[in-house]
Amino acid sequence: MIAVWIVVGIVAFVLLYGVYAYNRLVRLRVRAENAWSQIDVQLRRRYDLIPNLVETVKGYAAHERELFEDVTRARAQAQSASGVQDQAQAENQLTRTLSRLLAVAEDYPDLKASQNFLALQEELTGTESKIAYARQFYNDTVQSLNTRIQSFPSNIVAQLGRFEPREFFEIEEPARGPVTVQF
Amino acid sequence: MYEQIAQNKRKTVALIVGALIFAGGMGYLFGFLIGGGSFSTSLAALVIALLIAAGLSFYSYRYGDQLVLRASRARVVTPEEEPRLHNVVEGLAIAAGLPKPAVYVVPEQAPNAFATGRDPEHSSIAVTQGLLGMMDRVELEGVIGHEMSHVRDRDILLGTIVATLVGSVVLIAEFMLRWFWWGGGMMGRGRDREGGGEGFAILAVVGIVLAILAPIIAQIIRLAMSRRREYLADAEGAMLTRYPPGLAGALKKIAADTTPMRVANNATGHLWINQPSRIPGEDNHWFENLFNTHPPIQDRIRILEEM
Repeated sequence: MIAVWIVVGIVAFVLLYGVYAYNRLVRLRVRAENAWSQIDVQLRRRYDLIPNLVETVKGYAAHERELFEDVTRARAQAQSASGVQDQAQAENQLTRTLSRLLAVAEDYPDLKASQNFLALQEELTGTESKIAYARQFYNDTVQSLNTRIQSFPSNIVAQLGRFEPREFFEIEEPARGPVTVQF
Repeated sequence: MYEQIAQNKRKTVALIVGALIFAGGMGYLFGFLIGGGSFSTSLAALVIALLIAAGLSFYSYRYGDQLVLRASRARVVTPEEEPRLHNVVEGLAIAAGLPKPAVYVVPEQAPNAFATGRDPEHSSIAVTQGLLGMMDRVELEGVIGHEMSHVRDRDILLGTIVATLVGSVVLIAEFMLRWFWWGGGMMGRGRDREGGGEGFAILAVVGIVLAILAPIIAQIIRLAMSRRREYLADAEGAMLTRYPPGLAGALKKIAADTTPMRVANNATGHLWINQPSRIPGEDNHWFENLFNTHPPIQDRIRILEEM
């Protein structure tokens, strides 16, 4: 009789643990999805800013045509990228061309002093740091999710529930501190 | 972090219960003195005091943040007015995985900031005009990261309730002190002629002692809540921005600035990132030290620099 109760107890414990582990995995997966959509929101905001920024710089530095084309191309590539890896690569390319665009302003004092340009620059810097923070939150979440999916005993629950590990979003950090531009 | 949240909830409940007991006791004493020792008057005063304290507790839970913001003369700013501040607040809210708090600016030249609210869904961050003018982006991120940690750890609810409840205790104590000074003194003399003055005088002394004790009790509560919490918010804020030198730089600028703050007062002092001072230039004035709820700013900078 005691043996039966012990077995019942163990089964109950295993079931309870299973429910707990499953719910935790679901919570992490939802959080990771939300974090990803937050990154997406910020990336879109940056795409929306670019045409305006290019037009403003054009008004003062019209002959930098090659640079404008680079930026427009990088933006188009980033918008059409799919999958975490490709997206990250395209965004890195876009970040680099954008910083070249901003660096051009150093040569044009009128542009640098323009209110419109300053406002756009603040918006771009703000959006880029938001992308970085969203990436940070996403990667932290993915790390806890992947750890749970791979470590014992939650990996058994993860397999039964078909939880897939997610990819990290690896992009370059925006520069911290005062930015020095070298020519 | 979750431990900190649970601890804050426990402390908030304990504080409200303590405030109720304290108010009840004070009410009873007050009624005893007015009624000249009659039990029913004392009991009535106790019930009234409890009701007032309960109402006050609810009010400070629900509207304490508005009260604190108004007491600091904080003003809501739109993203168009302060794009940089809004961008930084939104960025750190994303980093902490929280909704974006309301953004306020306090018209003061001294660099300082605080967060208030009852939970992350109802939170506000306020910074002074002086802070906005003085800090570069990285330093501003450091300060907002510190405040965002207070929001995430629910320090804001405890801090706000302490500010409003303690503020009212200080108010009641001052009221009692004045009452004894003027009204109480006269009544005492009136009763003296009737011959029952001795017991009353003892009680009056007890009342005065309590009135003097009240602000001291309030101080102990505040000391208990602030020190470790500030170090923790510094560390967590630095972890959110992943850049400890940002906050360290901001604290250095704050430490170097000696502009006094007009809206500084002892009920809200513990909410600010650095103890606001009404007395310019003198950091170690004894009166300021009496109300000290923050660890020495130099220690905070040193710890951040060692990270």
